Amino acid sequence: MSILVIAEHNNQQLNPATLGALSAASQLGEVIDVLVAGCDCQIVAQQVAAIPAINKVVVADNSAYGHFLAENVAPLIAAIGDGYTHILAAATTTAKNTMPRVAALLDVQAISDISAVVSEDTFKRPIYAGNLIATVQSTDAVKVITVRATAFDAVAKDGGSAPIETTDQLHDLGVSSFVAEQLAESDRPELTAASIVISGGRGMASGDNFDLLYKIADKLGAAVGASRAAVDADFVPNDMQVGQTGKIVAPDLYIAVGISGAIQHLAGMKDSKVIVAINKDEEAPIFSVADYGLAVDLFTALPELDSKLS
Amino acid sequence: MKVLVAIKRVVDYNVKVRANSDNSDVELANVKMSMNPFCEIAVEEAVRLKEKGIAGEIVTVSIGTQQSQEQLRTSLALGADRSILVQTDKALEPLAIAKCLKAVCDDEKPDLILMGKQAIDGDNNQTGQMLASLLGCAQGTFASEVSVESGKVAVTREIDGGLQTLSLSLPAVVTTDLRLNEPRYASLPNIMKSKQKPLSTVSVDELGVDISARTKQLGVEMPAQRQAGIMVADVSQLVDKLKNEAKVIS
Repeated sequence: MSILVIAEHNNQQLNPATLGALSAASQLGEVIDVLVAGCDCQIVAQQVAAIPAINKVVVADNSAYGHFLAENVAPLIAAIGDGYTHILAAATTTAKNTMPRVAALLDVQAISDISAVVSEDTFKRPIYAGNLIATVQSTDAVKVITVRATAFDAVAKDGGSAPIETTDQLHDLGVSSFVAEQLAESDRPELTAASIVISGGRGMASGDNFDLLYKIADKLGAAVGASRAAVDADFVPNDMQVGQTGKIVAPDLYIAVGISGAIQHLAGMKDSKVIVAINKDEEAPIFSVADYGLAVDLFTALPELDSKLS
Repeated sequence: MKVLVAIKRVVDYNVKVRANSDNSDVELANVKMSMNPFCEIAVEEAVRLKEKGIAGEIVTVSIGTQQSQEQLRTSLALGADRSILVQTDKALEPLAIAKCLKAVCDDEKPDLILMGKQAIDGDNNQTGQMLASLLGCAQGTFASEVSVESGKVAVTREIDGGLQTLSLSLPAVVTTDLRLNEPRYASLPNIMKSKQKPLSTVSVDELGVDISARTKQLGVEMPAQRQAGIMVADVSQLVDKLKNEAKVIS
């Protein structure tokens, strides 16, 4: 087995989801190389080299890869990855964009969003919005895989010193260009990486009321999420959405506030270790998955919770 | 400008799916089928481009069984001009579907290809990207805004942490996210009119592409169910439980 893992990063910082992909990779074999493709991304290569589980780091540093355009990065991954038995990446929007393109270039059928490794060619993955889990066996020589990072325990990120190689392979299809990016600025942890997540739903009644959640989040070091209903009602922006069509999270503690618990939301958080639900409707389906339920009005519960957390 | 929209017939999103009796696949007998919701958004976007005078002809394509004609008729009722069914009784994988679509694109030569970012059955999220790869063209996945001007398409994409806007040369493949638009319903007169619109059928074998299966589905199972826990009386008890029982806060 020889495995290539694609590092997810922003040219400055390795995305911790990559550690989950490396964890899946370590179940497949021992020789794991990592490709860091980006622009002025040497600092990321050094972060990757420090991960003990890694054999070597390959860096492709070129402006063509700076914004991770699939048209340019996919041929690079395909060229470097051909000859490996597995090419893995965490199932972020970047990898979901790029990896199928890699698979088509290699003429293989990609396996999306695996939640478990059964053997070197067989994997489990959620289908139908997580309502069923399929076991899939690949017959392709190169397996191109995206990994649901929250389903795997992250590997250790410090203590190693893998060698760093540079590739000057340049792939620039010249058919797409970056125009702009609007990224949410926040001091809070990223939703998918946070160990505590507190989310609000339609019951929050307005975007301003999310301040109640932000205050508690800052005391707990938590990320703040939302249900699709809250996003559709324009309380908060899209990128806060937890659910099948939003972010998949699996923190140690998930606090659902004013969220009824639609299947689409449950699909995004039901693998959390401990779930708390606060909802004044005792019949809300969210209580059927909650470890601790509190059926009171959130507008009295939240200030009280805030004051009880030191 | 010619727009091609790929659509898929899937289990209706309101159906609670379950495994069949031998756990080999999803139970599909007597289950309501519909157009994949992301494909509806793609059809709607094409129709809006036509209403703005940007799109000329809209061609919808589906790869599937004869019953997929129902979803193609729906797309015609929503405003597409004609439809092509690539007929097969096999459940094809995304790579094979992308190869079929590539063959149709080689023939039709669309300027813009719109499709859903994923189908809600397999949740693969691959076909659009694979098609763009096979065509060697640009891709704008997870689109929440699309604007076409002077031979390019600007696509705003929903990415982790926010939005990204790309400028793509045409032809390009754009895959739709939920917030791109809200699809309309077909009116009764348009449903009647759709019956007169052309729908051609071609067998998948006639396309001459490799549709061999690369994966085997060994089985499906229900995910582990979570058990409901306890109800707490008040916030004090909740904080106590989280600190001392679950030990998830300090």
